[in-house]
Amino acid sequence: MQSIYLAIPLAPLLGAMIAGFFGWKIGRTASHIAAITGVAVAFVLSVIVFKHIVIDAAEPFNGTVYTWMVSNGINFQIGFLIDKLTAVMLIVVTFVSLMVHIYTIGYMHDDPGYQRFFSYIALFTFSMLMLVMSNNFLQLFFGWEAVGLVSYLLIGFWYKKPTAIYANLKAFLVNRVGDFGFLLGIAAVLMYTGSLDYAEVFKQAPSLSGRTMEIFDGHAWSILTVTCILLFIGAMGKSAQVPLHVWLPDSMEGPTPISALIHAATMVTAGIFMVARMSPLFELTETALSFVLVIGATTALFMGFLGLVQNDIKRVVAYSTLSQLGYMTVALGVSAYSAGIFHLMTHAFFKALLFLGAGAVIIAMHHEQDMRKMGGLRKYMPITWITSLIGSLALIGTPGFAGFYSKDAIIVAVRESSLAGAGYAYMAVLIGVFITALYSFRMYFMVFHGKERMDDHTREHLHECSKVVTVPLILLAIPSVIAGAIFVDQMAFGGFFGSAIVVDESHRIATEVTHHFDSWWGLILHSFADYPVYLAAGGVFTAWFLYMKRPDLPDMIQQRFALVHKVLVNKYGFDRFNEIVFAGGSRLLGGMFWRVGDEKLIDGLVVNGSAKSIGWFSSIARRFQSGYLYHYAFVMIIGLLLLLTWIVFR
Amino acid sequence: MITLADYLVVGAILFCLSLAGIFLNRKNVIILLMSIELMLLAVNMNFVAFSAFNQDIAGQVFVFFILTVAAAEAAIGLAILVVLYRSKQSINVDDMDSMKG
Amino acid sequence: MNNEMAVIEMPNLALVMPEMFLLGMTCVLLVLDLFLNDRNRIITYLLAQLTLFGAVVITFSQMGGEAVTGFSGSFVRDSMGDILKIFIYVVTAIVFLYSRQYLQLRNMFRGEYYALGLFGVLGMMIMVSAHSFLTVYLGLELLSLSLYSMVALNRDSEASTEAAMKYFVLGAMASGMLLYGMSMIYGITGSLDIKEVGSYIANNGANNIILSFGLVFVVVGLAFKLGAVPFHMWVPDIYQGAQTPVTLYLGAAPKIAAFAMVMRLLVDGMEALYVDWQQMLTIMAVLSLALGNVVAIAQTNIKRMLAYSTISHVGFLLLGIIAAGPDGYSASMFYVLIYALMSTGAFGMIILLSRAGFEADTLDDFKGLNERSKWYAFIMLLIMFSMAGVPPTVGFFAKLWVLEAVLNVDMVWLAAVAVLFSVIGAYYYIRIVKLMYFDKAEDNSVIVADVDLKVVVSANGILMLVLGLFPGMLMAVCQQVLA
Repeated sequence: MQSIYLAIPLAPLLGAMIAGFFGWKIGRTASHIAAITGVAVAFVLSVIVFKHIVIDAAEPFNGTVYTWMVSNGINFQIGFLIDKLTAVMLIVVTFVSLMVHIYTIGYMHDDPGYQRFFSYIALFTFSMLMLVMSNNFLQLFFGWEAVGLVSYLLIGFWYKKPTAIYANLKAFLVNRVGDFGFLLGIAAVLMYTGSLDYAEVFKQAPSLSGRTMEIFDGHAWSILTVTCILLFIGAMGKSAQVPLHVWLPDSMEGPTPISALIHAATMVTAGIFMVARMSPLFELTETALSFVLVIGATTALFMGFLGLVQNDIKRVVAYSTLSQLGYMTVALGVSAYSAGIFHLMTHAFFKALLFLGAGAVIIAMHHEQDMRKMGGLRKYMPITWITSLIGSLALIGTPGFAGFYSKDAIIVAVRESSLAGAGYAYMAVLIGVFITALYSFRMYFMVFHGKERMDDHTREHLHECSKVVTVPLILLAIPSVIAGAIFVDQMAFGGFFGSAIVVDESHRIATEVTHHFDSWWGLILHSFADYPVYLAAGGVFTAWFLYMKRPDLPDMIQQRFALVHKVLVNKYGFDRFNEIVFAGGSRLLGGMFWRVGDEKLIDGLVVNGSAKSIGWFSSIARRFQSGYLYHYAFVMIIGLLLLLTWIVFR
Repeated sequence: MITLADYLVVGAILFCLSLAGIFLNRKNVIILLMSIELMLLAVNMNFVAFSAFNQDIAGQVFVFFILTVAAAEAAIGLAILVVLYRSKQSINVDDMDSMKG
Repeated sequence: MNNEMAVIEMPNLALVMPEMFLLGMTCVLLVLDLFLNDRNRIITYLLAQLTLFGAVVITFSQMGGEAVTGFSGSFVRDSMGDILKIFIYVVTAIVFLYSRQYLQLRNMFRGEYYALGLFGVLGMMIMVSAHSFLTVYLGLELLSLSLYSMVALNRDSEASTEAAMKYFVLGAMASGMLLYGMSMIYGITGSLDIKEVGSYIANNGANNIILSFGLVFVVVGLAFKLGAVPFHMWVPDIYQGAQTPVTLYLGAAPKIAAFAMVMRLLVDGMEALYVDWQQMLTIMAVLSLALGNVVAIAQTNIKRMLAYSTISHVGFLLLGIIAAGPDGYSASMFYVLIYALMSTGAFGMIILLSRAGFEADTLDDFKGLNERSKWYAFIMLLIMFSMAGVPPTVGFFAKLWVLEAVLNVDMVWLAAVAVLFSVIGAYYYIRIVKLMYFDKAEDNSVIVADVDLKVVVSANGILMLVLGLFPGMLMAVCQQVLA
């Protein structure tokens, strides 16, 4: 088994290397074959691992592959921890990645950077796999940074487009903030446990609870709370939680396949995965859990609102991703980790589907992304239409679809939780359901139904995309429908993850309550006795009314509530705030440092000054090397005499 | 009676002479080679003296090896001297300064 | 007749299998070369490589186990020696490979280079395995005499012969000093055997002025071989004056042998005088770091620059020995092995860029290398980064572990000095990178070289990166053999 584990991340890496280093030589087809083969191998092996770990219920594997170095008793190593959590993540990552790889053949068909793109996404798959398979913090951090790097490269893939460069810089900077917290968190873990190994850290964690540290004099903070919040700040950056969410909508500047793979299905869920992985730590500190819960709830609700006013088809999906990530975070906050991971999984399928569908529309529309110039596309693109509808239905939680089970599990868990902030969170997720339905179907109606608003030229060329595009859509649509029903029994409520996820006794109530629903069918029936399904239906109806029945209404509403609309269009002013306070402030500060500190002190005095004096000294010192043999001998003899004198008179 | 110290002093004097020969001489490279031989002889003097006073034969064995190696060394030194003269037309120590700094 | 007297102990010849094999093969090569005409000279080269390969195999098959001494205690085979020897073979094989094309293009492709090179290797092997002052001296002289002759390989070059003469005089003087020191230590301890010397000093105390004098002379001899300040004066001139293949040869493997000599003489033989030699080495290490790094900045000849860089690397190497203990020694050993590889890589690049009638030994010759060949510019970048100690190249870890060893014995100031001068040193390595990537090429000729040279230079550069990513294994080996 161990060689299989090793082969899973290495296969995509190999593909990436072939496509990246030799792509220019071997051409387009060979490059994409290399990358796709790599990922396909990883997928097949992941299925084997899934069968081994989940279906055959084998013992989790925890082992070191290579010890990189040992310093002061701390092991820096590469190792794998393969349990059910990892197995699920492996399937999700490799499957979505494989679909996206295939889809890319069609989407990037005419792009000059074709090989580069394949190399990047295969590299991404490698990094993400390293992240989820890690058994220690160092490798986790490596994977974490590596996916961030590839994300940065891919957002700026069209590097001649100023907006893309702006967006990738933004993503980079915002993630730095999160990573800083994450790194501090890892440092805290290392400082207090003396180990980077998960197993060792988790073993020691209970002994840390109750201990405090003082960062500022007189303020004693619980070590675990601080550590967990710091780690979660890392997750906030990567999983785009308020207020570090600002980079995700802008990341849509990148090509659509990566929006699906990186910015919807996998990388942004790394934060969720990480917190779930760290459940033995988070369970020990309710303060941190409350923090997680409130941040998640805020993201879930308020980012949903923003989806309502977007006109760019990809941005709507992006905001919906933000909102759904909020749901997952909420699940983590109320200790329903398995529900969170469950939602992560279903979301990966249907959100990748929606993005790829949006991408298909964009190809057909000749890279037009404005929904106001679309409409009635269902006639032209039937497969895209049907699959997008399935994706939307799954997203809003239509009973029976995948999203329904996972989202329902989260909502129930929040309802039952007694954690501080749970009431607020419950309201947020309930309203969120309505909002989700509203913006999803607003998009759906605007794109696929109603009046055809595109120009004649575009209309003439409208047609369904090629097989490489539609096949992944269909393949993704299948799990979007059935994945929920298959796994709900185990994942949402049962102890599916076994030892991988630890839930404290006092937090377990939430998951116990709902366990009496014995089947997926029972859940569907039961759902009609609860709010969410009606809220979702209400959302769909509202969308239909506003955008199909009375298309004039939205404008009216917009004028009536100009202020609200303005706030939403400005995304609550986060961007402006960041730009003025952080970016402006940094620039001001940087400018000051540059002028005074750098130019005068460092450049003038330290760098040029010392460089000059060293240069001067160097030119003097080299004169000793006169070239004369007797001088050389003389220097040696002087050296000898000095050492002799020193040993006599010391 | 000649003591061990006397031998050592002679050795030391020979050694110092050879060092002086190396760094005071600015003319002929051959004198350098001679100084080097002298230095090895100083060492031999030490070894033989110690060997005799310690009643240990190893020191004298060492001297034989040093003598042999010194012969090889002299051969190579003179060979280098010949090629040096061929290319420079001079065996003046002062002329060997084409590389410096 | 007393039978016991007549029995002469038969030395354990299995112990010296690699040495005997190398000696035999080198003699064969010497004779064979007489019968070859210039067209078939490649056979000499192949035989030399085969010899080194055979030596690797033999040494490898003997590896492991306890240290065994033989020849009345004057020779020792232990794991440290085996590892160092294997590295000496490998590095020398790389050196031979790099040199082949260079020598062919200049009509210098003669058997002497390989015969002398192999005799030098034999000398190094004896130095590595020496367990008595006599064997140390013999190994050292065998190596030195080969080197003197190799430096003068190009008989018509004024610079080469001048360098050879300087090297010869100074080298002989240093050997003389080493011997003089040995004679004093022999006089006091009454033995030439390193182990017996060690136990004598340990038992009878170190407060003997003649012993201390002896130590100083021995340290001077060692410092000369290493090229530590102030016994470094030969290094720049010889590096510059010798033909590049010879510089390549004498810059790499002999450093490994010199490290072994330091380990045998100072650590095995005179550990009881630790305080004395530690202080002396500290002075020399600081001076080497300072002078090597600072003066390298003013150089325009890259061979000369690398010579000063060697001096500074020696300073670093000494730091590990100063720190002492298994950590310090293994860090030093790792450093010297890595240094040998880096140095071969750097000179290999010079050889790669040179062609008939053009030496590529000034900094200007590296200008705009990126325009001429992206790949080799990258390889050179890796080597330079490794020399400067930029992560993730292996040079970083070599420096890191030495510094860690120094810090572990609480010599913070020494580590600070080392870091400071490394930063200064980084300047001239990075300057080459700057020249390669940001300056315009002065000559745009395509790099022409044989495939083996190209492949091995590339592998050498990539190795800096690979070892940097996975330094654990080699380090573990170093720690194991010195534990």
